[in-house]
Amino acid sequence: MTTTTGRAAGMGQPTATGRFGEFGGRYVPEALVPACAEVEEAFRAAWADPAFVGRYHDLLRDYAGRPTPVTECARLSEELGVRVLLKREDLTHTGSHKINNVIGQGLLTVAMGKRRVIAETGAGQHGVATATAAALLGLSCTVYMGELDMARQELNVFRMRLLGADVVAVRSGSRTLKDAVNEAMRAWVSEVDTTHYCLGSVMGPHPYPWMVRELQRVIGDEAREQCRALLGGTDPDVVVACVGGGSNAAGTFAGFVSGSARLVGVEAAGGSAVGRGVPGVLHGMRSLLLQDETGQIKEAESISAGLDYPGIGPEHAYLAGTGRAEYAAAGDDEVLDALQLLARTEGIIPALEPAHALAWLARSARDGSVPAGSTVLLTMSGRGDKDAEAVMGILGGSAARP
Amino acid sequence: MSAPSRRGVALEAALRARRDAGAKLLVTYVTGGLTPDWVDYLQVMVEAGADAVEVGLPFSDPILDGPTIQEASARALALGTTPTGVLGALAGREQPVPLVVMTYYNLVFRAGLERFAGRLVEAGVTGAIVPDIPLEESGPWEQAAAAAGVAAVLLAAPVTPDDRLAELCRRSRGFLYGVNLMGVTGERSSLSGSAAALARRMKAHTDLPVVMGFGISTPEQAAAAASDADGVVVASALVRAVLDGASVAEIGDRVGALRAALDRG
Ligand SMILES: Cc1ncc(COP(=O)(O)O)c(C=O)c1O
Repeated sequence: MTTTTGRAAGMGQPTATGRFGEFGGRYVPEALVPACAEVEEAFRAAWADPAFVGRYHDLLRDYAGRPTPVTECARLSEELGVRVLLKREDLTHTGSHKINNVIGQGLLTVAMGKRRVIAETGAGQHGVATATAAALLGLSCTVYMGELDMARQELNVFRMRLLGADVVAVRSGSRTLKDAVNEAMRAWVSEVDTTHYCLGSVMGPHPYPWMVRELQRVIGDEAREQCRALLGGTDPDVVVACVGGGSNAAGTFAGFVSGSARLVGVEAAGGSAVGRGVPGVLHGMRSLLLQDETGQIKEAESISAGLDYPGIGPEHAYLAGTGRAEYAAAGDDEVLDALQLLARTEGIIPALEPAHALAWLARSARDGSVPAGSTVLLTMSGRGDKDAEAVMGILGGSAARP
Repeated sequence: MSAPSRRGVALEAALRARRDAGAKLLVTYVTGGLTPDWVDYLQVMVEAGADAVEVGLPFSDPILDGPTIQEASARALALGTTPTGVLGALAGREQPVPLVVMTYYNLVFRAGLERFAGRLVEAGVTGAIVPDIPLEESGPWEQAAAAAGVAAVLLAAPVTPDDRLAELCRRSRGFLYGVNLMGVTGERSSLSGSAAALARRMKAHTDLPVVMGFGISTPEQAAAAASDADGVVVASALVRAVLDGASVAEIGDRVGALRAALDRG
């Protein structure tokens, strides 16, 4: 096994100021500095405390349904000529990997003596997960969501309200995920004493990119052991996951980064921060961002509300720079095709977000850039129920492509 | 590269002189590019007694601004406003008081710190407020600004502990900006309870001019907020009036009323 160990190539702790290479940091107004420092200190202590970590893993097991299986996809593998294994985050309670993060941050909220959480959401999965953890732990919860996303993800809005959360429509800017983050940060400043900001991906100011990756690394840690059991002690050749902010990908990569697997993150073509972004500062972090030549942030555009974000977590920007991971993009049409392909070959309807990773895999297997016979682990970050209505709207009655 | 033309009124010296002469400082704000004639609003603010004017360089994602300045920023951007356009307009008219830009770090970072500072100097701007970089991240910008002769104004918040406050006082240039409340910019019906305590703590730490801002809307609030500090910033209340269609003369009257209230004490 070739190893690229050591801090530069691995996924260790960021520097004391929260940097991964040049990326990361804590670019927040003075009023939020003490709160970010408090979260960092609390998480550092909690993550080193066996009682906290034990409670987190107990809840992941007994409440969220972990470990999630790795599913061998015989018919899809035959179709693509590569051996496809899916890490089934879609089978968790609430239907996506977001639950891993919110169970951790929910417990942290309690440990910090706070009784309230706020969150941003795009697809609504993080909002639903946060509302769920809040209900479980007896916390009050407000979720900020772009007006456009509320229309695209009506079902999730209803689920959040059913779970007792307030959902606040964000009407500024592009009315999507980026604006929901803006509004959540504004709200946090005014209630920072009593409220924890439960950020949903590996983005934002330090310690969030690191903390959320740690809370998601259970995906990669489980998958590595499961793959080794299936593959006679070796890692897959390729490990691929979709990237919005990048939390399911970061959690997956964390399990494989010290091995030799090729790591691939797939962004939405209309939100490809690695492909078309340049370094900048937004939402508390320095990272790669879609922006114009004067520094105004551009609006991402994607069929998938969860990938509709003009940036990427700073650790991904760093991994792209070192070359340890590579980042590709998938467009709306091939994503819809991939969604249907998985549905019909495996009986699994994926969310639109992981359908991006599938689309990349289908394309790469067909053009040979993932060689025939390769073994590929793909993180199935969420199930497709939330998107069924939107996809139905696009495909109409003809969801029966050849 | 052309040599900077070095115009503009030095921020700290001007504010100290006014303060030491016994005046309470009035800093007003206008979003650059908000209307085609936005420089006229700036001009009338100066004529009505502002001691310095903050000019907002609108940013797409203003996380420390409430609805009023968000709306103003969005409107200015929809009109095609760019930093170059705003600074070009400022360069066209020499002002008798210091001009300070307020913006977010990405616009500075994207331009390049040295280049951005150089552009401010060319436009006659002598100070800059960048509220989304705390002490831990602002060092490079402070250095670039200092090298160009621009005062990098730092901000203190009600939750800033004393050791950080001392550091802010040591590093801030021009003045020290006290954020009255835990929250975003925007009009408020009453002055924040945290304002006076922060102002007194700031005054106890520094001889720099101490100016309080966020939520100061009326002449009475301005006078009250200034009583424990050296002066105030009034922003959203004026921007709201412009958004609602106030004429240049009406903005002049409002600034005049703020001036009078501060002078009465
Ligand atoms: C199912 C699913 N996958 C992926 C994402 C993207 O988030 P991240 O890149 O943080 O994993 C989302 C976000 O809403 C999601 O719902």
